[in-house]
Amino acid sequence: MTNKVVPAEKSHSRIVKALSGLGPLLGLIFVFVLFGVLSPSAFASFYNIKTILTQSVIVGIAALGMTFVIISEGIDLSVGSMIALGTVVIAMILNLGEPTTALIVLAALGGILACGIMGWLNGFLIAQFKIVPFIVTLGTMQIARGIAKWIAREQTISAPITPLNDLMLVDPTPAWLVFAPGIWIGLLLLGVSILLLVRTVFGRHVYAIGSNEQTARLCGVKVNKRKIQIYTLCGILTGIAALMQYANLTVGDPTAAVGLELDIIAAVVIGGASLSGGEGSATGSLIGALIMAVLRNGCNMLGVPNYVQEIIIGSIIVGAVLVDQLKHRVKK
Amino acid sequence: MTDPIIQISSVHKSFGPVKALKGVSMKVHPGTVHALIGENGAGKSTLMKILSGALKADKGKIEVNGEVYTPESPLDGRKAGISMIYQELNLAPHLSIEKNVTLGMEKNSWGWVHSQGTQVEAILSELGQGELSADLLIRDLSIGKQQVVEIARALLFDAQVVVMDEPTSSLSAADTRTLFQVINRLKKKGVAVIYISHFLEEIQEIADHYTILRDGETVASGSMEDIPIEEIIFHMVGREVSELYPTSKHTLGEVILRGEDIQGAAGYPNEVDLELRKGEILGIAGLVGSGRSETVRMLFGLDKAQKGTLQLKSGSKRSIQYQNPQKAIGEGINLLSENRKEEGLALNLSLLHNLTLPVLKNYQKRGILDLKSEHQQGQMWLDELRVKAHNAHQRADSLSGGNQQKVCIARLLHADSEILILDEPTRGIDIGSKSEIYRLILRLAGNGKAIIMVSSYLPELFGICDSLSIMHKGYMSPKRPISEWTEVEVMHYATSGEQRT
Repeated sequence: MTNKVVPAEKSHSRIVKALSGLGPLLGLIFVFVLFGVLSPSAFASFYNIKTILTQSVIVGIAALGMTFVIISEGIDLSVGSMIALGTVVIAMILNLGEPTTALIVLAALGGILACGIMGWLNGFLIAQFKIVPFIVTLGTMQIARGIAKWIAREQTISAPITPLNDLMLVDPTPAWLVFAPGIWIGLLLLGVSILLLVRTVFGRHVYAIGSNEQTARLCGVKVNKRKIQIYTLCGILTGIAALMQYANLTVGDPTAAVGLELDIIAAVVIGGASLSGGEGSATGSLIGALIMAVLRNGCNMLGVPNYVQEIIIGSIIVGAVLVDQLKHRVKK
Repeated sequence: MTDPIIQISSVHKSFGPVKALKGVSMKVHPGTVHALIGENGAGKSTLMKILSGALKADKGKIEVNGEVYTPESPLDGRKAGISMIYQELNLAPHLSIEKNVTLGMEKNSWGWVHSQGTQVEAILSELGQGELSADLLIRDLSIGKQQVVEIARALLFDAQVVVMDEPTSSLSAADTRTLFQVINRLKKKGVAVIYISHFLEEIQEIADHYTILRDGETVASGSMEDIPIEEIIFHMVGREVSELYPTSKHTLGEVILRGEDIQGAAGYPNEVDLELRKGEILGIAGLVGSGRSETVRMLFGLDKAQKGTLQLKSGSKRSIQYQNPQKAIGEGINLLSENRKEEGLALNLSLLHNLTLPVLKNYQKRGILDLKSEHQQGQMWLDELRVKAHNAHQRADSLSGGNQQKVCIARLLHADSEILILDEPTRGIDIGSKSEIYRLILRLAGNGKAIIMVSSYLPELFGICDSLSIMHKGYMSPKRPISEWTEVEVMHYATSGEQRT
């Protein structure tokens, strides 16, 4: 027997594969066109598009980190609290002295590091003690929030004005940037994430662990070590999202980003990742984040009340998973 | 002869362009065991799914008790008295036997459940399993007993036809005997059993009639007494399997692996010594649960050993507790898992990604994978093992069992391991693929690989091994050349732990 292929069949399966990969993108185009038609002048303006992109940066960057976790059949509920912790750490470091460049860089790195450490803790507890990720991160969600409130003495921490505050400006200061620096950073991180997932041993191991942890072990993958790396990476990317959150707030706020983990997880799921592991992509997750930003923005433009937005976004999350299920059923 | 309880006449079924069934006919009489035989992909499962109501036939007619039967759902099948027992059992492990047997059919008044323990126990003793109490939890039972519980469930709703799909593939010899006793009791009750299995010797023992499918068609049927095994195989494959177990000369080289005093938790394995030479095929026989898999998994580092030493060709003697799969693969040891679906393959990943997983770092250049050369190499191995697939990017779960197993073996070969540990390499795959795998194993031995083969199927051990050890309750018999064992001696040791002289 050879594995010669009937060409028609091959191209057919290719089309199906391509289309199923494009699902989230088609969804994005659909909601965009929909609001473009409903509210043409205001919504589709270049300025508003820039606004939407900026609004999706925080969830988008954190969703990149969450993508690694979810593909490996994990979950991280602590990212919202981590973002709050990150903003507090940044603000506190900025208050240490004269806002020199060194101090600013130190503050940014400090915020990222704090989240990275939380991520490492998640990974360590999950890998070393074999506790399910849901429970571990449910716990660390409270712990990170508690630490943030503790070191901030349950207050928002104001900080001197620094260039960090400009990261999320819709009209950035060097005008030639066109988009906010945060958007460019997000795109860079997208590129890095794609490269990691598709072209490195690490990425392959992430998929393998998520698809079948036993197979990964059988094939000599150091599963525990990889899990710690995955959650640490998620923490670091969340830390960068925290930096963007700080830029938005311009203060350290221990009560920021409550419930944001759910938006982040939703973005990844809308983007085509499977909560049962082994499937998902960085581009998809970013598109998922964009879909939610477009919906929020468009609804605001139309004056749709907040509660309706929540119902719509909830329906889209369920709908995305439903479409994914149907896709799998058709394959079988 | 009585009227048939089931009469299937020229049933057709297509999935898109693929014709799965092209005119299958079959008659099953009450109180008999009817073997449904065919290679993987011959259409057995499709036919049984149509019979149970899970699929609808495109064309053809099925009669049950002389009445036309057109089930819309598995519930209709159940109501018509047709009960399926699948290879993977459908039981809730945390619930008791009674709760499992009555699940979905609990007798109740206003939602308050009445105990049916005595009724369930009556059915169990009818099946010759009177010692089972209805309060026992499923998870505390052996797989064999769990199967009996499934059969009891079928009887509770008066099944007239019980379909068993590969019922013995994960059973020990003793559990298989019990199952056969249960089947004989079903026959006495007038229940018809449709029995699907790859084990032809078993079929010959238990079945009264047979129907052989090939490529979606009935190619032969009749009484089991009139047909020798060679003829069954001939009908299944449409060609003569001249040498299912080919002979090949290969010479044994120096000792390449030596394990001493290997000890696992709870004495499985217990003080096991073993020695493997280059070019040797060492068989390990024994009942399921005798510690065979544990022993070989410890050599590979997947299961943790309590104590023992391991010595590879070049290296010095070292403690086996610190063995792990990364190290083992690095040292040229590789293992084929007995659980292809649970452990062997990442089913929703591509063939290629499964294949190259253990040795990805070979494709790494400055941290980035060379996808092109990975694809070339992977495709080469898929071709080499004649895996039937459209392309290397296909998902692993889209292949048949035999082809999945070939992908697993391709992975070992791609990793270029010197010592191959094959745990039940031919379980649940069709006879054509089996024969290919035997040839491959012999060719590998001829090329100087050392092979340990764990199997529950004695004919294949006798067919291809150079030497054989047997395990019983954690202990391992001394290794002897295969010519010095007989099947009777092996079964005797496996069941009693004693060597007959």
